[in-house]
Amino acid sequence: MDGDGLRLNMNGLDYLILALYFVTVLGVGFAARRAIRTSVDFFLSGRSLPAWVTGLAFVSANLGALEIIGMAANGAQYGVMTVHYYWIGAVPAMVFLGIVMMPFYYGSKVRSVPEYLRLRFNRPTHLLNAISFAVAQVLIAGVNLYALALVMQALLGWPLWTAIVVGAAIVLAYITIGGLSGAIYNEVLQFFVILAGLIPVTVIGLVKVGGWNGLMDAVGDTKLGEAGLHAWQDTGSTANPLGAHWIGIVFGLGFVLSFGYWTTNFAEVQRALSAKNMSAARRTPIIAAYPKLFIPLVTVIPGLVALVTVKGLGAESGDLQYNNAIPLLMRDLLPNGVLGVAVTGLLASFMAGMAANVSGFNTVFTYDIWQAYIRRDRSDEYYLRVGRWATVAAVVIGIGTAFIAAGFSNIMNYIQALFSVFNAPLFATFIIGMFWKRMSALAGFWSLLLGTLVSLSLYLLYKGGVIDFNSDLEESFWGAGLAFVTAVVVAAIVTPLTSPKRDEELRGLVYGMGGVDLKGDVLAGDAAWYRSPVLLGLIAVALAALFYIPVF
Amino acid sequence: MSNDGQPAQDPLIDEAQAEQRRSAAARLFDIRRVIGGLFVAYGVIVTLIGIFDSRAEIDKAEGVRINLWAGLAMLVFGLLMLLWQWWRPAEAPAPNEQQPDA
Repeated sequence: MDGDGLRLNMNGLDYLILALYFVTVLGVGFAARRAIRTSVDFFLSGRSLPAWVTGLAFVSANLGALEIIGMAANGAQYGVMTVHYYWIGAVPAMVFLGIVMMPFYYGSKVRSVPEYLRLRFNRPTHLLNAISFAVAQVLIAGVNLYALALVMQALLGWPLWTAIVVGAAIVLAYITIGGLSGAIYNEVLQFFVILAGLIPVTVIGLVKVGGWNGLMDAVGDTKLGEAGLHAWQDTGSTANPLGAHWIGIVFGLGFVLSFGYWTTNFAEVQRALSAKNMSAARRTPIIAAYPKLFIPLVTVIPGLVALVTVKGLGAESGDLQYNNAIPLLMRDLLPNGVLGVAVTGLLASFMAGMAANVSGFNTVFTYDIWQAYIRRDRSDEYYLRVGRWATVAAVVIGIGTAFIAAGFSNIMNYIQALFSVFNAPLFATFIIGMFWKRMSALAGFWSLLLGTLVSLSLYLLYKGGVIDFNSDLEESFWGAGLAFVTAVVVAAIVTPLTSPKRDEELRGLVYGMGGVDLKGDVLAGDAAWYRSPVLLGLIAVALAALFYIPVF
Repeated sequence: MSNDGQPAQDPLIDEAQAEQRRSAAARLFDIRRVIGGLFVAYGVIVTLIGIFDSRAEIDKAEGVRINLWAGLAMLVFGLLMLLWQWWRPAEAPAPNEQQPDA
């Protein structure tokens, strides 16, 4: 492999910009440290943050390697259809989380998603989910770290292992020092730095291809062709770039995968739990939906520009893989100065992803595994210490799993498989448990366990060559769908055979049982119409629908 | 123990809640100042680079003086953040739900 092909021509000023960022990130960690007195401060930022901060952190926690590099790659490979991940995938799910599910999460004062399962079902369900979440988080942290190191290696010429260790050390420093506040404040900062890096690439890219119309014309002449310019046309069959039928897009991507990811992934939900009151918690994912609507402008468009301007993009290996779309544009178009900002933004995005995994892991490990099953009834200082050590452990294990991820040729597919195995059955269990008060504790346990096993077995059978699918993407869609159906069927069979939970145990946890107070801790100004979660949410969904019109 | 209108109670959570109330942690610093400061610094550096950009650098960016424009944009954004913070300083930490600590 040609090692120097992507090397950027960074000069001293670019490095100054990069260094300033790292100094600021660590400074934020130290400043946040002064505010930490208790474990709730460390893990949930003392439930004190305003909605715009938690909202931007919510979207930033997802702006990791997969998002920036992966969605630009998808833009180059599948064209405009990539916007489905945003407009029918993420946005409706985020709005649903804010309007419907957040009252139960925030209102019951649980400190984590697994903890909700302990109250709603029983301890075995809780432990099962806590362990699977912890394992998934360190695996994904490894992927993020590996992707970060790959980019540092390609762009800056650092050796892979140096890049892995340096990246890990910085994330470790600011989370152990600053706790979740450190992570969240840095995510907000990262959000703006990432945009400051991506916008110049997009603008110059568009200038180069002659604006939007020039881009549309040029894409028509590429191997993607005219089909690359439409989101819904040709989805009556699977003869489109994504190879997906509209039913698959709406129910597979839009419903099971996206709702599963956004509504039950604690690394995301944790950002909303740290909001200062119910209203702010509900607005967190909804405020996040607005930037999410626009992010395809700075990921999908550069992907298309790269497709048009980089000759030979789309190679199986080497420097011209789709994954390198954005780094290639940075190399070709950015002069020193904005180049430094763009590199900083890219590195910031990888660290944001990993920091979200690590801070999700340390909370679940401390509250849901250590405090609940191993050492109960210790002082709060004790758990704060456990949390800091869990962070160190997560980062060290993350370095290990980064080397595992290095063994996979396509890390995107590895991640998709993880999501279909862990998130789809969890989402099914949640949604039934939240709306069907009769669902028994044992039914919750078996739904989650069997759903996970079904989609895990499907994945293993596919990998072992026993079952055949058109693509890895198709496998994860079927895996997620089957897991969902299994969880529903198991709940329907087991519930009538087992005893229900008493009504008073379900207060605040299940729809229609009362105990959720939407207005209990409102602050002056929260009643304003522009702070209504329902209204803000509906506008976001309407905008997503409108955005489809020009690229139908 | 009756707790009408309250979510289901749980000892582990109650304990954490109590800790939270005891916490006198002031929410000390304001992220707007950090974002504003970093972007003002970036804006100044990149604008200066932009003023002294050579022909080759401008040509690389398709004839756009991207450093100048991006630098000025970041400078303005940073100043707006600082202005926002100065205009609406963070509220003093709200006494959390005022539980009488009897």
